[in-house]
Amino acid sequence: MELVCPAGNLQSLKAAVDNGANAVYFGLRDDTNARHFAGLNFTAKTAHDGLRYAHDHGVRVFMAINTYPQPSNWSRWQAAVEQAAGLGVDALICADIGVMDFAANQFPELPLHLSVQGSATNDQAIRFYHRHFGIRRVVLPRVLSVRQVEQVVQNSPVAIEVFGFGSLCVMVEGRCLLSSYATGCSPNTYGACSPAKDVVWQDTAEGLETRLNHVLIDRYAEGENTGYPTLCKGRFEVAGKTGYAIEEPVSLNTLGILPQLQSIGVSAIKIEGRQRSPAYVGRVTRVLRAALDACTRDPQHYQPEPDWMAALAAVSEGAQTTLGAYDRPWQ
Amino acid sequence: MKLSIGPIQYYWPRSKMLEFYDWIVTQPIDIIYLGETVCAKRRELGLDDWLVLAGKLQQAGKEVVLSTMTLLEAGSELGAVKRLCQQQDYCIEANDMAAVALLEGRPFITGPGINIYNDRTLAKLVDCGLKRWVLPVELSRETLADMQAKRPDQVETEVLVYGRLPLAYSARCYTARHYDLPKDACAFRCLDHPDGLLLSTREGQPFLTLNGIQTQSASTCNLLSALTDMRKLGVDIARISPQAAHMATIISTFHDVLQQGLDLAVASERLADVYPVDACDGYWYGGAGMDALSIPRVAL
Repeated sequence: MELVCPAGNLQSLKAAVDNGANAVYFGLRDDTNARHFAGLNFTAKTAHDGLRYAHDHGVRVFMAINTYPQPSNWSRWQAAVEQAAGLGVDALICADIGVMDFAANQFPELPLHLSVQGSATNDQAIRFYHRHFGIRRVVLPRVLSVRQVEQVVQNSPVAIEVFGFGSLCVMVEGRCLLSSYATGCSPNTYGACSPAKDVVWQDTAEGLETRLNHVLIDRYAEGENTGYPTLCKGRFEVAGKTGYAIEEPVSLNTLGILPQLQSIGVSAIKIEGRQRSPAYVGRVTRVLRAALDACTRDPQHYQPEPDWMAALAAVSEGAQTTLGAYDRPWQ
Repeated sequence: MKLSIGPIQYYWPRSKMLEFYDWIVTQPIDIIYLGETVCAKRRELGLDDWLVLAGKLQQAGKEVVLSTMTLLEAGSELGAVKRLCQQQDYCIEANDMAAVALLEGRPFITGPGINIYNDRTLAKLVDCGLKRWVLPVELSRETLADMQAKRPDQVETEVLVYGRLPLAYSARCYTARHYDLPKDACAFRCLDHPDGLLLSTREGQPFLTLNGIQTQSASTCNLLSALTDMRKLGVDIARISPQAAHMATIISTFHDVLQQGLDLAVASERLADVYPVDACDGYWYGGAGMDALSIPRVAL
């Protein structure tokens, strides 16, 4: 399985390459990709430098253009595709049908991957993108069980990539509008969920509060772990019960099921976290590299090492990890 | 502009659903969308029941559309969509790209869950057979106007003008989670919540609605004030999403505004008491979805 690592900037890209990535993915400094955060992402110059660094080390480079343009801003997405083609990236990761249509027509040699933001959870949906745009790979949303991933792999005309580690979207990606409902900006339209510009932290008599465009997302008692106010991981009240009504702050960690993912035919494992530091990227890449190598050498006797698990827990949301939908303890 | 009734998003008992559609026949509604779009475990009505119902409604002069499920996970769910797409008597509203793939080459409709955010996407899907699209709910009036200006001939545009906004879908069921029940043994608790389960912030602000694996807005989208504008923009169909009560008032109000020029202030006042919680219209005006930018606040 190929290890696909996040590059939020040139330092992270180098950390991924130096620690064993097979491929890195990045985006430009605008809303054409789903990690549109201040100070993050690549200029034409850093993209060029990063590409050269990766290619010199035998690492492939994918560019994410995986948000949804509207008529008034379409030209930015078109320019991003043109820039990617000019740079000579190894693949584009796209979600929007119009963008893929443009890319496939203008640059038929440029390989396309369907982004997780494209929401394809089944082989029929994948077939549509394969038939029309010749996509080579699909990144699956984080909502399927291992058995369901296996079914998709068996029936898909193209390679399947799944998330292996990182922050966990519990809603189907590309179809979650919670963030724009509260702020006007969603991953689809703006390239970020719960955007930082709308976040306010405030010390109050009742505790430390986090708000998103004035909506109270969480309130922390003294000594509680605090986290970024991602909408779906806040504490709310439902019929008299207060707590994590949707999801707890937790990260996905698939170290325990790598042999299964390998045996069902998954082609690539993706690490989430372009918004995280180069140190995070380096550490997580190193652990996943070691785990994948061990799993490839001897899948029968593969066991996640305790120090791998500890290293990943230390960089996880709420210091907790889960297998999420892959094993569905809540099913 | 025609009026449509979207698929029932909630889980209602069989008798309530059948009563609802018996009554809808008598209402000034042109198009009726039928079928379960949220959870495959909701089987008070099965495909055969929906087809019988579709036949009755069509006989009564309504245009009937069958809607597919939105999130497909298990192979059995994809199988159900395939069976639905095999029938030829009714047009189908695709709510997942699987259905688009299966329907390609014959006329079909896309629901709000298919991301048509720009004219190039619209044109591509029209090439595949798309004859009507529903505007994704987070898009604004400005984007719709741009899309309408470049819309291929003979494509119809439908906009959700009344109802809770479908905002997200997940593998996990949050209604079952609330009751500490496993998803596979959920005891069909959704039946107890004909308008979903309200989620509020810890300071009591209603925020979202849990509806099984779907998360909706707590506020009801109401675009009454935009109907005149929509007509000018060439919107063909205004969609009302069903809720558990007050449907007669809601339908008659939209009908009277569209067909009889009912004064907007009077119409808004008529709707003041029908929302399960409150109303919003922010997406249409380019803001946060939860904002209420043109809705007169009636003192409670």
